[in-house]
Amino acid sequence: MTASSNNKDLLTIAGKSYQSRLLVGTGKYKDLEETRLAIEASGAEIVTVAVRRTNIGQNPGEPNLLDVITPDKYTILPNTAGCYTAEDAVRTCRLARELLDGHKLVKLEVLGDQKTLYPDMEETLKAMKTLIADGFDVMVYCNDDPIAAKKLEDMGACAIMPLGSLIGSGLGILNPHNIRIIMESANIPVLVDAGVGTASDAAIAMEMGCEAVLMNTAIAAAKDPVLMASAMRKAIEAGREAYLAGRMPRKKYASASSPLEGLID
Amino acid sequence: MQILVNGEPKELSGQATLADLIAEMELTGKRIAVEINAEIVPRSQHGETALNEGDQVEIVHAIGGG
Repeated sequence: MTASSNNKDLLTIAGKSYQSRLLVGTGKYKDLEETRLAIEASGAEIVTVAVRRTNIGQNPGEPNLLDVITPDKYTILPNTAGCYTAEDAVRTCRLARELLDGHKLVKLEVLGDQKTLYPDMEETLKAMKTLIADGFDVMVYCNDDPIAAKKLEDMGACAIMPLGSLIGSGLGILNPHNIRIIMESANIPVLVDAGVGTASDAAIAMEMGCEAVLMNTAIAAAKDPVLMASAMRKAIEAGREAYLAGRMPRKKYASASSPLEGLID
Repeated sequence: MQILVNGEPKELSGQATLADLIAEMELTGKRIAVEINAEIVPRSQHGETALNEGDQVEIVHAIGGG
């Protein structure tokens, strides 16, 4: 039996359980059809969306993302991407809740600058406080600082999501040691959010013991996004199973796999 | 009466409710959320919410994002 088909190995976030440990974004795709196909191939059950002004007058009949990625099939995770202050992030979450009929789960990200999209932890903590008081379930994008992560958990985050590397950079997990320290002390799911470039990065995150991985660009910016979505699904499953299986210890010298007895003279 | 919709000036002839504005923009029944002057107006209240001169209306929807 594989871990992925084993119903007992579930990801639980804010009281709801999921089979898939891959969370995907919906940005940067060619069109809604490619979005739909890639997300289907990823097997993801939690899908992030952004909240933006509607077009005025242009393309009134334009299909809506939520007609393709429907809330009855997926857990929609609205993000606060593009917000640089706590105030804007809180406002975006409240709009998302109205948009999704009272939905409480949000992905909080408050960014520091446009060049790095690095989290502004001061503003993130400020937004966190308001959102928790307002009854939101908050999955929070953060830096890989164990102290900040602990503060977010203590404030009531339902998942901590440190970056592997900068959003959209595809550089992989640059500081696995910090992510390990964050996981050691966390009592809520720790997800790597941002930085995954290819399937091995996702597998490494899962082998380290991350509960799940959130990614967007690694799939959407691949030459064949649908195929990459499928690769990511397998990498997440493989990494999870390897984590559960427990890797062999590293050794300095060789250790023969074939028995040494009975060798012909 | 002039209002701002998503930052753009819009001229309305006579009295109008938020539901009228949404209908004119062909957004009725779509998944949107609306703020007037930075306060969310719940969907159930769109029909009874009158627009006033200078109101700043924000209409948002979900789009692709990560």
